[in-house]
Amino acid sequence: MPAYYLEALTITLGLILLLAEAFVPAKSKAWVGVAAALGLAVILGLTGIAIGPAAKPAAAWAQWPLWNFYQFDALARFYKIFALVCTLLVVLMSVDYRKILARFTDHTESEDGTGEYYALPVFACAGMMFLASAKDLAGAFVALELVTITFYILVAYMRRNVGSLEAGVKYLILGALSTGFLVYGIAWVYGTTGTMSLPEISNLKLQTTNPTPLLFGVALVMVGLGFKIGAVPMQIWIPDVYQGAPTPTTAFLSVGSKAAGFILMIRFLEPFIFNEITRSPVLNLLLILSVATLLFGNLAAIPQTNFKRLLAYSSIAHAGFLLLALACGKNESADSLGSAQVVSFYLATYLIMTLGVFFVLAQVRIQRDGEAITDFNGLGKTNPLLALALTVLLAALAGVPLTAGFLGKFFVFALAVDAHLWMGVGIAFIAAAAGFYYYLNVVRAMWWAAPGDLPPVTLPIISKACVAVLSVATLVLGIWPQPILALLK
Amino acid sequence: MLALLVFLPLAAFLAILLGVPARLTAVGVSAFNLVLGVSAAGTWHCSCWSFSLPVLEKPALHLAFGFPDGMSVIMVLLTVIVTLAAVLSGTAPAGREKLYFGSSLLISGGALGAFAATDLFFFYAFHELALIPTFLMIGMLGRGDRRAAAWKITIYLGLGSIVLLAGLVWLANLTGTYDMGKMVLVRTHTIDPAAQKGIAALLLVGFGTLVSLFPFHSWAAPAYASAPAPVAMLHAGVLKKFGLYGLLRLAIPLVPHGLQAWLTPLLILLLGNVLWVGFVTISQKRLDGMLGNSSVMHMGYIFLAIAALIAFPANPLAQPAAIVLMFAHGVSIALLFGLADRIERSTGTLDLSDMGGLAKSAPKLAFLFGIAAMAAIGLPGLANFAGEILVFLAAFWSYNGQAGLGPVQIACIFSLWGVVISAVYMLRAYRNIFQGRSVKTTESAADLTLSEQIPQGPSVKTTESAADLTLAEQIPALLLVLALVAVGLYPNLLLNLLK
Repeated sequence: MPAYYLEALTITLGLILLLAEAFVPAKSKAWVGVAAALGLAVILGLTGIAIGPAAKPAAAWAQWPLWNFYQFDALARFYKIFALVCTLLVVLMSVDYRKILARFTDHTESEDGTGEYYALPVFACAGMMFLASAKDLAGAFVALELVTITFYILVAYMRRNVGSLEAGVKYLILGALSTGFLVYGIAWVYGTTGTMSLPEISNLKLQTTNPTPLLFGVALVMVGLGFKIGAVPMQIWIPDVYQGAPTPTTAFLSVGSKAAGFILMIRFLEPFIFNEITRSPVLNLLLILSVATLLFGNLAAIPQTNFKRLLAYSSIAHAGFLLLALACGKNESADSLGSAQVVSFYLATYLIMTLGVFFVLAQVRIQRDGEAITDFNGLGKTNPLLALALTVLLAALAGVPLTAGFLGKFFVFALAVDAHLWMGVGIAFIAAAAGFYYYLNVVRAMWWAAPGDLPPVTLPIISKACVAVLSVATLVLGIWPQPILALLK
Repeated sequence: MLALLVFLPLAAFLAILLGVPARLTAVGVSAFNLVLGVSAAGTWHCSCWSFSLPVLEKPALHLAFGFPDGMSVIMVLLTVIVTLAAVLSGTAPAGREKLYFGSSLLISGGALGAFAATDLFFFYAFHELALIPTFLMIGMLGRGDRRAAAWKITIYLGLGSIVLLAGLVWLANLTGTYDMGKMVLVRTHTIDPAAQKGIAALLLVGFGTLVSLFPFHSWAAPAYASAPAPVAMLHAGVLKKFGLYGLLRLAIPLVPHGLQAWLTPLLILLLGNVLWVGFVTISQKRLDGMLGNSSVMHMGYIFLAIAALIAFPANPLAQPAAIVLMFAHGVSIALLFGLADRIERSTGTLDLSDMGGLAKSAPKLAFLFGIAAMAAIGLPGLANFAGEILVFLAAFWSYNGQAGLGPVQIACIFSLWGVVISAVYMLRAYRNIFQGRSVKTTESAADLTLSEQIPQGPSVKTTESAADLTLAEQIPALLLVLALVAVGLYPNLLLNLLK
């Protein structure tokens, strides 16, 4: 099956859901979500049989000019799977979150206004999947905008909630600004190289004595992408938007949107990193971004008292580690992973840990009516197993060994030491130490603080299954990371 | 087979979570592990103990266990002995048995994994695995100001581990492998001196924090004072030795020149452990605080042995000295913490000034505590003496009268005063608790007959049978005493393993 069928199927699924949603009675809107999840699961299965033109060069479809815009390699397959898994989990989370969605949409008592919420992530997913295959800056830009515009709606979805609206406006304005940077940067790159196609750019012999205009374009694109991934100085929107947006949207933003930004960054920077003239300025810029992001994200996370806001800063912090891996600019070699693989592996573990935490957070938000760290007080007494799972997930985010999160950080450190980025390594260790503090702060609240009159949290069946699977996966992948690495080969 | 030793406690932890009777499982698994550990000590040369499972290709990581030398064997032996004593001597608060025994097994499994691992990655990872339940147990089931103590140990050891990780990653990068056996084969002069110095500093601070090297020690005393008995026994007795083990296993063979550059600062810091913390220990008013500080203090001697090894790399005494003392201290401090817990349960207090005359009502307890105290002071015939005398001999190895005293010898002479300091606080504690008048039960001589009949509070035990050790309580203590006496009378038991 040609790979582009995957995107086509995803878009079709989204359209069908949107149409069907109009005819589903208000009390069964949750079934739209279930249908979306099932559809995404089917497409996820189909990624196994998707092939690119190299696998079947004789076929008619392999000759299409589409392949000038679209590629299908191991990385593309990996990020398509990533987008599908992430969207699937977010849709499932939304199903369990519908009570809050209903409260702040059309009628507070009915689920009338919640149906589209399950269909929209599917469109964003299609955008992310296309980004994974992008080979041409114009196509990449369109795909990225599909993702971003969907997010404008998702962030402001709870229209009777001031926080959600405020988040929506902030995201819209800053998102538009970053889009401006991105387009402007693409224009400069096009102006200096005469092409939008990334393979062509890497084939060009950049012999110009003055690479400044090209680097200016690259820097502008990186500013634009920095917004998506939450890199300093384009991180200012993150805490407020994450806090105000509906929790499943926040989860989607912090995992899906970030991964989309990173795959585009990997694809876009590749020709410039492996070119002698532009390599060192690009890597230096990445290192500076990384160090600033690590410092800001981790240090600003320390005093947070709201758990959702804490996760926002943590998402910035993780972007710092990912940027550090990119700043090493290393290709895969016989005895070590390359930067792109490390980033991908890190993102995969980040997906598992972060979404697991968001599942719990969403239910605590509903049942204890709050998102502060103190709302997790005494969870170890009221729900020991849930608290254990959340402890595992948070320990993984902090980078405790034998969890998936540690392996991700470990790869980054090994890569950075190998590349002799001593400043980056030093800052990253400080950042990891700070992370230890603020994640375990939540663990402390769960186990050592008395629950007071907070009720026990009862997880709905979907959330329960997802939390169980994700926390077990965190442990298993911490000891046996082969399943993810195999996908990257 | 070693994999069984490591994974059995972890599997038992899961089983306990799922509802298997907690105490029974914990005791059974620990007893089985003791048998396995002792038989490993007899046959450790056999390759049947090693285990290796490839986990990652790039970089090559293996979940591998094995006995590269006798040092690992002794540490595993120490772990299995203390684990059995810890699960036998603790009494779980009602309703928290799962947590209590499960965490103890998790700590034990982590420690075993760290000591048996031959892959750098898992060497580090298993130690961290053991730390998490330590933090949680202190925070949840501890005494006194438990949350502050638990948070402090979490932060300190978390930071220490990260510094350590930096050093280990650097080391692995320079040697190009994560296999600790292959790593040591790398010729040390191929690591350039500046890098050696940097790695040595990271490892000294990282491992040092984990071993409570002065001035990174202030987490230890409050944590041990508030920890539940098995956690204090396992952490002070076993897990803390991980840092020393790591220095001996990695830092000494791989970055000898780097360590030499830090010899003088290390000597000053270890004197801080022996003398500064020693005086702090003397001033303690409570038994738990005193034991916690004394455990920090005794780390100074082991660092002295390591310093002797750094200064004279050919020194044949220093490594055995460090290891025998690690074993001896591990067993004796575990015994002391176990008995202190027992004293608190029978008297309701650990305040030294509130106790007295316990030897009358609890002679067995007094006898066993006396042995443990004598061991801690370094009385000949008990294991600690063998260790300490070796340390002092190692420090004076190759001493040449004409050249005068070297820095290690000077540090050793100062450290000798530590023996006096230990004698002061241990004997004073013993006198306060076990001898003199029964303070708790009597305010004055006139009240004596009255108060013997009417207990003054729920915590005061006046009947002898309730206060003294029952047979079941004697078993763990006797196990540890047996280890102390056996090694004390015949240190070759351990030294032969190191040949």
